[in-house]
Amino acid sequence: MHQTFDAALGINLLHVNQTGADSNRAHFDEWGITCLNIMSSPGAGKTVLLEQTLQALSSEIKIAVIEGDMTTELDADRLRKYNVPVIAINTGRSCHLDSRMVAGGIHQLEHQYNPTDFDLVLVENVGNLVCPAEFEVGEHLKVALLSITEGEDKPLKYPIMFQQADCLLITKIDLVPYLEIDINRIEENVRQMNPHVKIIAISAKTGAGLEAWLDWVKSQVVATPLVGKSK
Amino acid sequence: MHETDMTKALILTVKDWQESQKENPQIACIHLIVGKFTCVEPVGLQFAFEVQTKNTFLEGVKLVIEETPLIAFCHSCKTEYHPEIGIQYACPQCKSPMDDIRSGRELKIDRVEYLDNYAPNF
Repeated sequence: MHQTFDAALGINLLHVNQTGADSNRAHFDEWGITCLNIMSSPGAGKTVLLEQTLQALSSEIKIAVIEGDMTTELDADRLRKYNVPVIAINTGRSCHLDSRMVAGGIHQLEHQYNPTDFDLVLVENVGNLVCPAEFEVGEHLKVALLSITEGEDKPLKYPIMFQQADCLLITKIDLVPYLEIDINRIEENVRQMNPHVKIIAISAKTGAGLEAWLDWVKSQVVATPLVGKSK
Repeated sequence: MHETDMTKALILTVKDWQESQKENPQIACIHLIVGKFTCVEPVGLQFAFEVQTKNTFLEGVKLVIEETPLIAFCHSCKTEYHPEIGIQYACPQCKSPMDDIRSGRELKIDRVEYLDNYAPNF
């Protein structure tokens, strides 16, 4: 007769992804790169934010983009106009980037460019408020976007994303006059689960809030230790 | 469907464990702990596990998922409370933000039950 035994494992379900993320981050640290993981639901304005960020900062900060998109290179093509390396990762039917996919992007960065030349890597995640929050890719900081057309309740309904974010951009605020939305309520909803988050209200159309966002990005780039950089 | 990816990781982890054991133990049951404050749906995990283990060494193995509640600690009131997911996360007493999560973020393969394949002659 067989006897039943118990073996304690105590292993995190995501430990494979986490190990990969730690390894990615170690590469970034070695090269003196700050990595931001940019996440939101589809259509909140990630790509236009990147366009404006590249336009404003690419002359003073050396930036590369890792672009996750389910099937196309449409977003990547939009960003290539700014003459920065844009590494497109087709995630297939997967609903988020994981650390292995981003490692593929880092591999390209390492072999096609000199990685120590770069200061900042912007990872545009797949549009989704659920999964990307649980899958670290090796970022130093998480940026979440919430457009005001999505409603004040979304932070309550998708709490992990907003609880994990280091910076929240409330986007499309030029639409405030046309909507019944209370931006303070959005902020309150986020702060009750994430009191330390940096919140910036922004409009890509009018440029409102853009300076504050760019200042935040620049302050994060300076804040990261430049381990492998000789400057 | 990130539950699919998580299940893949689960199967690989259990396989690694099994291969690291001398007697190639036959696994009977896997116990997971999944917090309520994660992006993981236990029903999705069960379904993915059933589908992905068909015709593998884990076919028919039971997956038991224990869910842990979201519990936060309020440092102003010096007390634990249960935030209501989707409704209210701040402390119900003093409205301080949820800043110290004590339970609910677990995503863990807790333990496996196995049968020893070494069958002695009685």
